[in-house]
Amino acid sequence: MTVTPNKAAEVTKPDLVTLTIDDVEVSVAKETLVIRAAEQLGVQIPRFCDHPLLAPVGACRQCLVEVVDAGNGRPIPKPQASCTLAVAEGMVVKTQATSPVADKAQQGIMEFLLINHPLDCPVCDKGGECPLQNQAMSNGRGESRYVEEKRTFPKPINISAQVLLDRERCILCARCTRFSEQIAGDPFIAMIERGALQQVGIYEEEPFESYFSGNTIQICPVGALTSASYRFRSRPFDLVSTPSVCEHCASGCELRTDHRRGKVMRRLAGFDAEVNEEWNCDKGRFAFMYARQPDRLTHPLVRDEDTNELRPASWPEAFIVAARGLQAAAGSVGVLTGGRLTAEDAYAYSTFARVALGTNDIDFRSRPHSAEEAEFLASTVAATSMEVTYSDLEKTKKVVLVGFEPEEESPIVFLRLRKAAGRGLQVFSVAPFTSRGLEKMHGTLIPAVPGTEPDVIESLASSKTGVDADTVILVGERMATVPGALSAVAALAGTTGAKLAWVPRRAGDRGAVETGCLPNLLPGGRPVSNADARVDAGAAWGVTSLPDRPGRDGDAIIAAAADGELKALVVGGVDLADLSDPLLAAQAVLKAGFVVNLEIRASEVSPHADVVFPVAPVAEKAGSFVDWEGRVRTFDTIFRDLSSLPDLRVLSGIAEEMGFNLGFRTVEQARARMNEFGAWDGERAPVPSALSRPSVPAPAPGAATPAAPNHPALAGSGLPPDPSTVAAGAPAPGASAGSGGSAVDAVLATWKLLLDDGRMLDGDEYLKATARRPVALVSAGTLVSLGVDVGARVTLRTDHGSVAFPVAVADLPDGVVWAPMSSGGVNLLRDLRASAGSVVRLEGGAA
Amino acid sequence: MTDMLTPVLSDNWDAERPWTLESYERTEGYAALRTALGMDQDAVIELVKESGLRGRGGAGFPTGMKWGFIPQGDNKPHYLVVNADESEPGTCKDIPLMMASPHTLVEGVIISSFAIRANHAFIYVRGEVLHVVRRLQRAVQEAYLAGHLGTNIHGSGYDLELTVHAGAGAYICGEETALLDSLEGRRGQPRLRPPFPAVAGLYAAPTVINNVESIASVPCIVRNGAEWFGSMGTEKSKGMTLYSLSGHVKRPGQYEAPLGITLRELLDLSGGVREGHELKFWTPGGSSTPILTGEHLDVPLDYEGVGAAGSMLGTKALQIFDETTCVVRAVLRWTEFYKHESCGKCTPCREGTWWLVQTLARLEKGQGSEADLELLLDQCDNILGRAFCALGDGATSPITSSIQYFRQEYIDHFEHGGCPFDHTASTLFATAGAIA
Repeated sequence: MTVTPNKAAEVTKPDLVTLTIDDVEVSVAKETLVIRAAEQLGVQIPRFCDHPLLAPVGACRQCLVEVVDAGNGRPIPKPQASCTLAVAEGMVVKTQATSPVADKAQQGIMEFLLINHPLDCPVCDKGGECPLQNQAMSNGRGESRYVEEKRTFPKPINISAQVLLDRERCILCARCTRFSEQIAGDPFIAMIERGALQQVGIYEEEPFESYFSGNTIQICPVGALTSASYRFRSRPFDLVSTPSVCEHCASGCELRTDHRRGKVMRRLAGFDAEVNEEWNCDKGRFAFMYARQPDRLTHPLVRDEDTNELRPASWPEAFIVAARGLQAAAGSVGVLTGGRLTAEDAYAYSTFARVALGTNDIDFRSRPHSAEEAEFLASTVAATSMEVTYSDLEKTKKVVLVGFEPEEESPIVFLRLRKAAGRGLQVFSVAPFTSRGLEKMHGTLIPAVPGTEPDVIESLASSKTGVDADTVILVGERMATVPGALSAVAALAGTTGAKLAWVPRRAGDRGAVETGCLPNLLPGGRPVSNADARVDAGAAWGVTSLPDRPGRDGDAIIAAAADGELKALVVGGVDLADLSDPLLAAQAVLKAGFVVNLEIRASEVSPHADVVFPVAPVAEKAGSFVDWEGRVRTFDTIFRDLSSLPDLRVLSGIAEEMGFNLGFRTVEQARARMNEFGAWDGERAPVPSALSRPSVPAPAPGAATPAAPNHPALAGSGLPPDPSTVAAGAPAPGASAGSGGSAVDAVLATWKLLLDDGRMLDGDEYLKATARRPVALVSAGTLVSLGVDVGARVTLRTDHGSVAFPVAVADLPDGVVWAPMSSGGVNLLRDLRASAGSVVRLEGGAA
Repeated sequence: MTDMLTPVLSDNWDAERPWTLESYERTEGYAALRTALGMDQDAVIELVKESGLRGRGGAGFPTGMKWGFIPQGDNKPHYLVVNADESEPGTCKDIPLMMASPHTLVEGVIISSFAIRANHAFIYVRGEVLHVVRRLQRAVQEAYLAGHLGTNIHGSGYDLELTVHAGAGAYICGEETALLDSLEGRRGQPRLRPPFPAVAGLYAAPTVINNVESIASVPCIVRNGAEWFGSMGTEKSKGMTLYSLSGHVKRPGQYEAPLGITLRELLDLSGGVREGHELKFWTPGGSSTPILTGEHLDVPLDYEGVGAAGSMLGTKALQIFDETTCVVRAVLRWTEFYKHESCGKCTPCREGTWWLVQTLARLEKGQGSEADLELLLDQCDNILGRAFCALGDGATSPITSSIQYFRQEYIDHFEHGGCPFDHTASTLFATAGAIA
């Protein structure tokens, strides 16, 4: 049951229509539906199929009202569905509150709806929060006159691994099917059969695999749709609901977390018209069990001096051990943080590095990255909050996506773009192929072989795409690994006046940029290299001086630790498999003399750490995530569990033992300090330009050779790139005999899928089962070169290893292969040491 | 007596192989097309308006006025869709017409499409009548070969494609917007209106949807003029039409007569109720029009006359039932049909028909009381005017009208503990003179 926000404020006077509902005059925007106009008066007309974000359908007929005067002086003889009837000047409407006709009509419909409904409310998950139950009480007859046989179905049926359907409860309002078609663009469920046997059905060969399927459960007005993970787990009236914010990506969804006796039972999409409207994705809805896994850390651990084993320790002891270890390594400590940090925690790491460790060797980018990206973030992203927002995506004429796959990497951005595309927004995507998500946004592909994006971006200003001031460019974090790409995007925005936004994958990323978890950036967008900015930050932190040279970035910290240059590491929330070179990172952890690890659950780092602190997951702390817009999304503690602490409390505890006062011990204090800090209003860091690309030569003009990987592990890795066979637009690469099938060299295109092998999906097997099946995609021409058919397995091989996927065809350029970064147990960085732009050997047949 | 008949549409039905182009052209076939192609398109619309032709599919909406709703000069494709999904119980006029003389319809389609500036027309024909589908397809093929269809028809510069589409067996697809969904390849369910088909119909383009008989009546109007057409029928219901007599009547069949003829006259023409029996009740226009009784024998069978008698002219499907028929049983059968055919989109029709059938089945077995009649009437009251389309309304007509005229017969079922009728007596194979 939702009420749309009153839009009257936005409407100019002449567009108002005045009508009378239940003898009360009301003025509403023209084309408002009567059911909404009544809401504005506080009159709730019962309804089922109506949903403010779906197109009107008028199917359930529950919202019938009497129209005494249609606005033309004449009544409408039959009761009208108020969910499909637009207001008219002078209209007179009587709802159930004042019209016996409307009241009887509604009671009649309610009685019909209930004749075939099992009335199994006592065992139904929806009982207690059920629109049918509630409205049957408010607008139905006390007793049924139906004594005949009810329609029954075998129960329940799976319409996906996660979503179950109890057909006998369904009242056929079609909200779920309309949502899937209109909002998500995944029309894999539809009404089948007819009459009272009508039901929601699936096509067996196209299961209901939608990242947004959970929304159908939430908008189901009865208990017909349930999730396998929540079904029969609790009753609504036993739950406590707390507003919360999703920790999975940078979309910034408001959520509602329902919990009972210290456990999260389920999560629902919250309502925020500016951000996620009323939707969220299945990851945000179902992926919360990771915090309840057996490997959850419940007490600090320190390495025992005698046994050299980790042993439980008290918090004070752990603080002391950590402080001593870090003091011993003074001046030689690197800080690596991951994407799960709240802005307050990120601020704490940033502060801890500068104030307690005296270093700029800090980087939140636990993924392949570059110095160019750090410059881009400092110059173009930090302290630009709310310059591009969700509503801009709806208002603008064109959106250009660069290295960004919204459906996989920021699903609510995808939903908003799809909504806007339905109203005329043009979406363009610089990508290697037309993804299903792009099709659903009615978008146009601007093909780019990985590595050639800078040239493609440069051509956009003059091409038919016509990037101009009415364009929004959304660039993804993946462009960090393409030398020149982010510079080119910044230049394109600069010359055309287009708006530019950076959309990272993780919820904590933007907050980490804003709080300075970067080697070249202090909080609030203050450049490390700017003396005034350093003085300003030093004053805010209460220190006399700050390290004046930009620090090492993540890759350099790993390399330095592996070399023994860095003696200690502070690692918080980093999955080594995400890093540019997972093997080198593992070596670095082993090699570093002293490692402090802050984790929710034991990670690859934890067994090798010297001190391990259990830190709190989102439900057990307060904090904020900063979404891709720069919008601060604040949430409160749900559970007070003293077995873990927020990262910031741990860091302040260590700092105090080291003799530093970071200025906060609580989330509220950290937030206050951040606000005092404020944004930098001085000179910004310079925008990176192609000329300033530091470490990697620009691709030779005209040649579309994929750039060499820029991280040390891949540079000189001995891969067999043959530029002549991988040039964009070149004919099918020369095939050579491989083991079994043919083999070709191909440029790798890759990104992470929404539902991948990430650890935060652990604990909900139903959710994992709805993940897309990992496949390798090639062009039809390349498939021919490989000599295999669609569905056959192909092998991707580098000197470091090989992985196999079933193959499918997409509109990729010849000589390019796309595979998911981290799905189905395969991690390309770990298993192949390959990322987008790498050249891999592609062989028909399994390895 | 036979001078009451005005065979126009059915005039050539007794010709040799009247479904062939050759036969049709021998009887002035396609002459009206040439006349129309020489006229201004608006003049054709005007002519049909003047003739007073009203939709023969049941609702009786003026055909020319419907055509006039199509926005002209809108640079959108226009479509003509012929509703040939004749599925109403008792209704059997379009199928014989298309069977006997498909070219009458095809010629009407071409003239009508020309008038509304449609370059593509569709005949959505009930899929079960395969023989008719084949006749239509052959007729369309013949028309193409003869140059009546295709590009630059008879040098007029006018192009028309005509597609015959077979439905997949759903009564709801006779509802015009469900028909459009079905024609577009979707599941047939009624659409929300507005937008009306004249604005956004087939493929969201302006569309005229007419019944077979309405379109088939256009060539004769072009041929003979509006005045000739208006000389038949009554003041507000002009022209001739097909009355389909079925049931307990001596010579069932199609009787083409001016609108306003009475059932008494039609029974005279058809030899009367079957030998030895008397009229008990009848439907004026298929099962969704409220039933009438012997007291309505002199009601003029035009839109106004039947309306004044508390029913609807509908499709002029006159189902005749004599006194051997159990009205409860007949109504139950009809209601079972509506339950089976309810598309499921809206609650009152979907659930209401499900409930009505069970209640009626119980009553027919004599289980219940008079209070159940009030329950039935209340269910009907909760469906009528509350459903998404007219199917729900139609489902209530037989029930409310049968209780109105034959309440005692329902009560007899309770008192008798079951149906008091000998069901074999009402069958055609019953011996002559069988009694209830």
